[in-house]
Amino acid sequence: METYTAMRHFADSWGLLAMTIFFVGVVLFTFRPGARKAAENAAEIPLKED
Amino acid sequence: MKYGFETALLAVGAFFALLGAAFAHDNLFQAHMWVLFFVLLGGTVVMLRRVSFAPYPVPGDSGNKADANPYFDDVIKYGVIATVFWGVVGFLVGVVVALQLAFPDLNIEPWLNFGRMRPLHTSAVIFAFGGNALIATSFYVVQRTSRARLFGGNLGWFVFWGYQLFIVMAATGYLLGITQGREYAEPEWYVDLWLTVVWVAYLIAFLGTILKRKEPHIYVANWFFLSFIVTVAMLHIVNNLAVPVSFLGVKSYSAFSGVQDALTQWWYGHNAVGFFLTAGFLGMMYYFVPKQVNRPVYSYRLSIIHFWALIFLYIWAGPHHLHYTALPDWAQTLGMVFSIMLWMPSWGGMINGLMTLSGAWDKIRTDPIVRMMVMAIAFYGMATFEGPMMSIRAVNSLSHYTDWTIGHVHSGALGWNGLITFGAIYFLVPKLWNRERLYSIRMVNWHFWLATLGIVVYAAVMWVAGIQQGLMWREYDGQGFLVYSFAETVAAMIPYYVLRAIGGGLFLAGALIMAFNVTMTILGYQRDEAPIPGVAPALQPAE
Repeated sequence: METYTAMRHFADSWGLLAMTIFFVGVVLFTFRPGARKAAENAAEIPLKED
Repeated sequence: MKYGFETALLAVGAFFALLGAAFAHDNLFQAHMWVLFFVLLGGTVVMLRRVSFAPYPVPGDSGNKADANPYFDDVIKYGVIATVFWGVVGFLVGVVVALQLAFPDLNIEPWLNFGRMRPLHTSAVIFAFGGNALIATSFYVVQRTSRARLFGGNLGWFVFWGYQLFIVMAATGYLLGITQGREYAEPEWYVDLWLTVVWVAYLIAFLGTILKRKEPHIYVANWFFLSFIVTVAMLHIVNNLAVPVSFLGVKSYSAFSGVQDALTQWWYGHNAVGFFLTAGFLGMMYYFVPKQVNRPVYSYRLSIIHFWALIFLYIWAGPHHLHYTALPDWAQTLGMVFSIMLWMPSWGGMINGLMTLSGAWDKIRTDPIVRMMVMAIAFYGMATFEGPMMSIRAVNSLSHYTDWTIGHVHSGALGWNGLITFGAIYFLVPKLWNRERLYSIRMVNWHFWLATLGIVVYAAVMWVAGIQQGLMWREYDGQGFLVYSFAETVAAMIPYYVLRAIGGGLFLAGALIMAFNVTMTILGYQRDEAPIPGVAPALQPAE
């Protein structure tokens, strides 16, 4: 069970922290200054042809 | 000679299947290898008959036809036809198993009893219908939004035909009685290995197209499709880790045992729902809804948050299938909490899809295809509300193991996956075959109402059946004895099972109308019919 315990501790400490930081980073990046313009351009991609 | 190498490979494959049948370790493997042999032999014969001995074309002379279309669309045409075909087959088997539950005499031993027909139904609708729809639409969307031809040349053909071979092997295996007994992953180890090869080819074709894109930004639909392909690869490999008893036999043993095995199965099972039936189909929504209403998605930034929140939360929700089992309490609670948190991205995505119509709401009245897509998104919202609610342990103690679960699955699968796929098919067919419009728009309307009515009947009946079942199971008398025997709770279900078969029959009738409509469109006919009322006439500029 040593492997289990080690993985369990990693999952609810550093693993959880890393994923939370990544997710918060994604949200902040999505709302960075200038993101609105970039998002509006990206939303037009499917409508550009055919 | 075109496809000479591929034809030779098919023939060699057929020969190895014959050897497999000759040296089989058990009778079931032998029967299955005979099936494989005849399928591959048939494929070889078809390929040989296509061989042309005409002189090799001079480079640059012909090929105008191929160059006219910058995208690899032939494989998508095959994919659309396969989607319609497997859809009708899967829904038909669904109606049959529903009738088998209502009228047990319809269980025809041994090949067509409920135990073998049920995985045939689930795999046919999820993997054959849904899988072909996902492969076809993802190839269509990734080429358009990357403005690049599908990567890998004929790799697309390998993915398509390889996937059909997987379907045929899985389906015939179930009817023969070959199963490893894992929910939504019943095929045995050798069929699983083949699917792994096909899936890696799919990933290469899809990812390669993204890598050589001419559009700088990767459109959000492709993110959903890519997460679906990558996650399903991971789920499929881990869930099917097994040791075969013999390399020429069907039986294998899972690498896991006990509650670890149960959790692995439901980690797979729930994420098959989360990534196959949700993320992949959201990729469809984010492309086909904006195309059909001719408006960009309501909020592109919401779609990015939707994506990351969905994939970060879904992967943890599996343990809610194992409430009140040997699974540790903390794991059950984890699954429940993450399921409830999934409300937010799911409803964010639903609002994003619906609000894409803002300013064009009249299209729900005038365009049956838009109506179909909107109903799909509405069912996405309803099913993703019901699911988290059922994952709450107290609710689950009533709903688990009852027909309520079946009703929930079908409001999601028929309502969300079915209707969004039908919408995408109705969008794609005129485009792919260069038709001005569908054979009949009014038939789309018929399909819409038959399908919607069928789902409503099905889901409502299963709610009543499931809650009644759950309450009967937990009914104690004053002395603490159970009031009902199990057989009594089964007998009480008959009226609901008959009604459920009727709901499924309505849904199947709608799919048959679609099959007719799509066939006539491909053949180039247009039905002479009055336009849908309320459509604004095309305005002519004043002269």
